[in-house]
Amino acid sequence: MIKLLYFAGLREALGTASEAMLPVAGVADVASLRAHLAARGGPWGEQFAPVRQLRAAVNQDLAVAESAIADGDEVAFFPPVTGG
Amino acid sequence: MAVRVQTGDFDLTREVAQLRAAQGARAAQIGAIATFTGTVRDMNEDRGSVAAVSAMTLEHYPGMTERALAAIVAQARERWNIFDALVVHRVGPLFPQDQIVLVATVGAHRGEAFAACEFIMDYLKTRAPFWKKERTPEGERWVDARSSDDAAADKWAAPG
Repeated sequence: MIKLLYFAGLREALGTASEAMLPVAGVADVASLRAHLAARGGPWGEQFAPVRQLRAAVNQDLAVAESAIADGDEVAFFPPVTGG
Repeated sequence: MAVRVQTGDFDLTREVAQLRAAQGARAAQIGAIATFTGTVRDMNEDRGSVAAVSAMTLEHYPGMTERALAAIVAQARERWNIFDALVVHRVGPLFPQDQIVLVATVGAHRGEAFAACEFIMDYLKTRAPFWKKERTPEGERWVDARSSDDAAADKWAAPG
């Protein structure tokens, strides 16, 4: 399973903070996972649309579109950070 | 090196005293302590600096937050000759004039202490997973990230 986490405005828009996802053939990096989530449509299609500014982390490290994803990973999506 | 995420307030004097004491024998070699404290303002710059924010909530990503802050401090210690650094960041409900964040660095000389403190703060603003939600008369809204914060972090990419 891949553990998915959502934070801040994204969490609110999706109405969920986390989910467990079975590995999907062809979804091996952040970019393909994002496209896979966008394909769910509805709020998912809207929030994960390419124009949306989103950041991702894989196993709690900031990730880029090409970052690899494997079974057992924790992957988080969130808006640009605003701490400090 | 210490990083902490907490809901409660912090006391600058006590934090600095603990940071100095933690240096042990090297405490006597400290010549510079740089600290930055961030506080909650009652205005939002998107609203023409009109006092409008009555409260805010800080959300974070437990686990990654501590990891990201530790990585930022480690980078600062590689880059500047400082003895140690401390980051304390609050989460949960906060109100105007509350303290949000403390960064403290200790070293032999002020130049490195100042630079490391500013670097940690600039990187924290763009890389540590915190999000602010403001309460205004029109309701609650998530604060947008600012390009000026990206620019502040990017300036450290150049050597020096």
